[in-house]
Amino acid sequence: MSIITLTWWDVAVAALLVLALAGLSFWQRLALQRQILIAGTRTIVQLALVGLILEIIFADVRLLWVVLMAMVMLAVAGYETMARQKRRLNGFWAYGIGTVSLFTSSFTVALFALLVIIGNDPWYQPQYAIPLLGMMLGNTMNGIALSLDRLMSTAWQQRAVIEQRLMLGQHWKEAISELRVEAMRAGMIPTINAMAAVGVVSLPGMMTGQILSGTSPIEAVKYQIMIMFMVAAGAGFGTVVALQLGARRLFDERERLRLERLKVVD
Amino acid sequence: MPRLRLQQLVCDRLQPIDLEIGAAEIVCLSGPSGAGKSTLLRAIADLDPHQGEVWLDEQEQASVPAPQWRSRVGMLAADSLWWFDEVRPHFARVEQEWFQMLGFDLHVLDWQVSRLSRGERQRLALLRLLSHTPNALLLDEPSANLDVENTRRVEILIERYRDVQQAPVLWISHDSEQIRRVAQRHCRLEGGHLVIQESNT
Repeated sequence: MSIITLTWWDVAVAALLVLALAGLSFWQRLALQRQILIAGTRTIVQLALVGLILEIIFADVRLLWVVLMAMVMLAVAGYETMARQKRRLNGFWAYGIGTVSLFTSSFTVALFALLVIIGNDPWYQPQYAIPLLGMMLGNTMNGIALSLDRLMSTAWQQRAVIEQRLMLGQHWKEAISELRVEAMRAGMIPTINAMAAVGVVSLPGMMTGQILSGTSPIEAVKYQIMIMFMVAAGAGFGTVVALQLGARRLFDERERLRLERLKVVD
Repeated sequence: MPRLRLQQLVCDRLQPIDLEIGAAEIVCLSGPSGAGKSTLLRAIADLDPHQGEVWLDEQEQASVPAPQWRSRVGMLAADSLWWFDEVRPHFARVEQEWFQMLGFDLHVLDWQVSRLSRGERQRLALLRLLSHTPNALLLDEPSANLDVENTRRVEILIERYRDVQQAPVLWISHDSEQIRRVAQRHCRLEGGHLVIQESNT
């Protein structure tokens, strides 16, 4: 099977669709055209850059390049987990907690997959390592951002309840336990839904991509199943770590609820 | 004998406060709204950062893990809030006599919190606090939303608890009649200062 390569003109035609959407937004006063155009431009620039970088890294396989690339991806994903929370911990905490939880979950699971499941030589073969890590980070980032956002906003709304529980002598963990469960759900539901609906409602992008590039569907499916499980594990572990760290930071060493550690960002 | 002692307690806008409440003593606290009465109770319960020392018996606040301190120095907030759907899971144990003293039978434990009136919630919040048997009580207007009859019931229960546990009680109240009825001493918070009023004995 041969691949039909796209020309940049083909890509430009696809861009017309987004331009049309922006036009509709302007005409209907949806006030989204600015965001659409900025996001669309970012898509082009970011992906073009990544494409160039990947071309270089794939041509010159070295652990150093893979590690550097992974670090940049982690830094950006950490920033995104922070930026998506309306109420977030102030100082370095929102970024720090997001990044640490991303690192502990995504990197561990990706390493596990590369070493144990795929077993390439060298194990850091960038053609595998970088896309895998990217998918892990992207999904884990969503889970962490959703769950922390939920935890911080519900803690804010229910601060009086939390304090009355503390007044009865409850440990901070107990006083915030229901909110943590709820936040965990919020973070995990997209992943669980994705696992449940995959193949029936949606064909995942990675699998579609492999099929488009000529891999046999059953091979693509095996990869996709592995990816889904890795993503579920990564997002789940990452969310647990983030909620543990985030919830602890809402209380001080005397287990007082310290909501002045949150700031609101619009 | 449990005794509650504040030593140079500084919280928020308040001047350093020294106060000693003896075993089984009720001290009422009044003052204009915003004077910092609730703030003071919160500092004693260690819910806000503060300076100075608070002692219960020979135990200093900072020397005890915070949850343990708060279960010994029980605070009742002005608005009672609930987190489970039913009343029962909020209670550590059930003392039937106390429920009766506040005009409840034990069926109330199976009620939905959402069905309770404001006054019922307030009385149940007191029972909830007492069910954890604190050694000292910090009460923020425990009868603010209650009618005359229920106000008296609440007062009698608190006095009974105080007698049985020999608990020191710091009680925020705006009702001068009530202060006369229950307090051995009366303090006012004004302009950040704690002023000891008359002795009620």
